[in-house]
Amino acid sequence: MFAYIVRRVLATIPVMAIVALFVFSLLYIAPGDPAAVIAGDQATPDDVERIRASLGLDRPYLVRFGAWVWDIANGDLGVSIFTNLPVSTMIQQRIEPTLSLMIVTLILAVSIAVPMGVMAAWRQGTWIDRAVMGFAVLGFSVPVFVVGYVLAYIFALELDWLPVQGYTPLSRGFWPWFENLILPSVALGSVYIALIARITRATMLEVLQQDYIRTARAKGLNQSGILFLHALKNAAVPIITVIGLGIALLIGGAVVTESVFAIPGLGRLTVDAILRRDYPVIQGVVLLFSFIYVLVNLAIDLAYTLFDPRIRY
Amino acid sequence: MALLEVDALQTHFRTPDGINRAVDGVSFHVNAGETLAIVGESGCGKSVTAMSILRLIPEPPGKIAGAIRFNGKNLLEASDKEMRAIRGNEISMIFQEPMTSLNPVLTVGRQIGETLRLHQGLSAQAAEDRAVEMLNLVGIPEAKRRVKEYPHQLSGGMRQRVMIAIALACNPKLLIADEPTTALDVTIQAQILDLMRDLKHRVGAAIVLITHDLGVVAEVAERVVVMYAGKKVEEAPVHALFNSPRHPYTQGLLGSVPKLGSSLTGEATRLAEIPGLVPSLKQKIPGCVFASRCPHATDLCTAVAPALEEKAPGHVAACHYALREGALAA
Repeated sequence: MFAYIVRRVLATIPVMAIVALFVFSLLYIAPGDPAAVIAGDQATPDDVERIRASLGLDRPYLVRFGAWVWDIANGDLGVSIFTNLPVSTMIQQRIEPTLSLMIVTLILAVSIAVPMGVMAAWRQGTWIDRAVMGFAVLGFSVPVFVVGYVLAYIFALELDWLPVQGYTPLSRGFWPWFENLILPSVALGSVYIALIARITRATMLEVLQQDYIRTARAKGLNQSGILFLHALKNAAVPIITVIGLGIALLIGGAVVTESVFAIPGLGRLTVDAILRRDYPVIQGVVLLFSFIYVLVNLAIDLAYTLFDPRIRY
Repeated sequence: MALLEVDALQTHFRTPDGINRAVDGVSFHVNAGETLAIVGESGCGKSVTAMSILRLIPEPPGKIAGAIRFNGKNLLEASDKEMRAIRGNEISMIFQEPMTSLNPVLTVGRQIGETLRLHQGLSAQAAEDRAVEMLNLVGIPEAKRRVKEYPHQLSGGMRQRVMIAIALACNPKLLIADEPTTALDVTIQAQILDLMRDLKHRVGAAIVLITHDLGVVAEVAERVVVMYAGKKVEEAPVHALFNSPRHPYTQGLLGSVPKLGSSLTGEATRLAEIPGLVPSLKQKIPGCVFASRCPHATDLCTAVAPALEEKAPGHVAACHYALREGALAA
């Protein structure tokens, strides 16, 4: 088990290297020039050239890539072209809202979607099942920003139950923090809930056909014992797989959600950095996201052993 | 009073192409401590009968009618809660598929202890201790270690022993065993049958044994019900059935069992078979259900369904031409 974890963690290094190469090359190819943005509309080509040289952007592709990777290997993500702050500092300043949003969304989505899927499977073919499936289709097909604006309109503007937008740090108390995250989490979570509910339903339908469910019934267990212990534990592996894969959805969705609800998180940081061609920031954030994704999936693989004793590493 | 009385049991399934009459008017009883075998070929309604007793048939599409009286109480009128209190406690069940009937993600000890905690209110620790005792009882070595194992770490025979341990944990009054040895190899079959017989004496439970294996019937049963196409066609004490089967179907079943040593006598006789298949249960059959395959069938058989008639004391059969006791001698 320990050897496996070490192997998996080491295996993230080549993955991260490929991600780094990819991000760097993409930005290199993409049009747009930070020097021109800094210089402004009135600048002469000479000015732009000077700024470019001072940023080191006139160096060849491989030299720039090598220098960047060398710095990362030494724990330095570089300095923002615009703020002159270290990228790691900027990430630190912005990471709390994004992590809060993602964790609240994750907990919310799993605690809503799994019971929904279980109920739909148990009551297959009834209105409960159809309602869950209908919701799932809706969740998939309505974009995050539409859900976000609709929720904000109803629950913040019309009903005035929750704040329209913004973020309050956790250090200022749980409720103010949580209150601000409810609407963004629901908006961000709708696709995720749909995904998890569907896979839960499908897997549970299969599990409920199994002989050991009949055994459980013959033992006199009640319905919730059968569904949530005997069946759900058997259905857990596909469900947590999807939960893990869905983290990618959350990362992508966070960028949009943070814009809709004006949350000063990494998503906003990324969007701003892209608009300004702030290469070091974009690269740093993307690397961080891929690292989180790789780690989450390692955690998911390890979680399999908790649910299925037949899986051993 | 009989422990279990099944009276005109009908279990029908609604299917897209008509009603499937899996069990159609079957009656029998089981006395306390008795072993009753229900035999018949695949698809004749044995398992559905067994599942109906515990109401494990999903309704809909299934529909159970008639009466199933356990200790005088009609189970078909019992609430879900009352049924749950009976299942695994007063009536328990062993299934045909030991490989898949245990939950793969729960320990064996937990699965045995679960019924004890549920029905007898034992604490987790007490239930586990009792699970160890049960594993010892069903002959699983190193029970203390095995309770912490998962089903995939056990062989098929051991899993069936675990199923038996689960079934007997709460000292049920009735044990329904649905083909308990079919999926096991022959040496293990004998062990499991011995175990069931042994435990029956110790626990004192009545057994309903569902099987198509007449060898098993001869070995363990006291009385036999023969089912065909969802109906009971014959019922007799085990010796009477094997010595003088009255229904042509029973005769056919017995004729298809290989006799030990028959190949040594010089005549390499072909094993008898019953031609044809069990008829579809989706149409109502006006006459005798066995008429289409019966070598003795007449016009009477295809037109009029024979009633169950007592052919000898305790020996009933549903056949127009089956001999009565007096007539047999004549």
